Amino acid sequence: MSEEKKQTASAGTFLRFLLPLGVFLGLVFFLWRGLSLDPKEVPSPLIDKPAPDFSLAQLQDPQKVFSRKDMEGKVWLLNVWASWCETCREEHPVLLELSKMGVVPIVGLNYKDERGAGIETLNKLGDPYQLSAFDNEGKVGIDFGVYAVPESFLIDKHGVIRYKKIGEITPEVLSKELLPKIQELNRA
Amino acid sequence: MRRSLIACAAFAFAAFLAGAGVALADEARPVGDDPVLEKHVQTLTEQLRCLVCQNMTIADSHAPLAIDLKNQVRDKLAHGMSDQEVVDYMVARYGDFVLYRPPVKRSTWLLWFGPFLLMLGGFAFLLWKLKSRDTQTDNATPAELQRAADLLATPPDTKE
Repeated sequence: MSEEKKQTASAGTFLRFLLPLGVFLGLVFFLWRGLSLDPKEVPSPLIDKPAPDFSLAQLQDPQKVFSRKDMEGKVWLLNVWASWCETCREEHPVLLELSKMGVVPIVGLNYKDERGAGIETLNKLGDPYQLSAFDNEGKVGIDFGVYAVPESFLIDKHGVIRYKKIGEITPEVLSKELLPKIQELNRA
Repeated sequence: MRRSLIACAAFAFAAFLAGAGVALADEARPVGDDPVLEKHVQTLTEQLRCLVCQNMTIADSHAPLAIDLKNQVRDKLAHGMSDQEVVDYMVARYGDFVLYRPPVKRSTWLLWFGPFLLMLGGFAFLLWKLKSRDTQTDNATPAELQRAADLLATPPDTKE
């Protein structure tokens, strides 16, 4: 066999064995990546956009109105919750802890709830909120693109949404994502 | 006594029927209001994804949020918003994800054109393969061809 033929033969073997291996590794990469992606976490188009304007009666005091403008000039957290939401209960102690730290005011958006049930939940578990706005029709929720309670929005001094957490704020999310973000926005 | 019992049962049954009728009427009311609008809401919500149960459309889903969004769509259409305006309203809140048909933009180029690229690649590979098969005999040197002819001409038992 000539030298030239040997070379084409080895190129053929190379393709025959390495090409499927390459394809396989590519597949492994994408599947592996897929494992750590959560299809439930839909990226919000509202990040870095002004928070939707709204005015709602407060949960505990229906006579009083809360509007987004009340928080202008402050970094604040809007936490969407409901008495019927199981995950909110798990998140609740973390919110209580955050409110004790006093680094950020937390406003609740009581979403598609009954007023009595909402108030009772806060009386029983403790109230981490500066106040809760009562959104029983869920219209403000729709404006914020809420689809899975709990959801939390961190809003900066200019009323722009800077961070959104879909689902539970775990202690880990609090210390690794939320607190650093709060500090950063408070400094700005 | 017996008669009053029967009357009581009849009354209860009638009340049950009336109750069921009320429930049905409540459920079906929006359709009765305006069938044209309802049809419009249906076709439009068939293009929108329910975010709670992600492989259903808002039209199909019975999730509370899907029902809210359907009402929202009905509301906007009834107030004279165009289809595009309603779709934009949804996208502004829930992102492109809400669209069953993703828009063609830079981040979705691979999604839209990837399959065609793969097909082109397949064709190119096939062409290349066929070509190399075509020219396979030409790879032999004249000396090798001569040797092959000799081998074929020699009876097996006298070989070597």
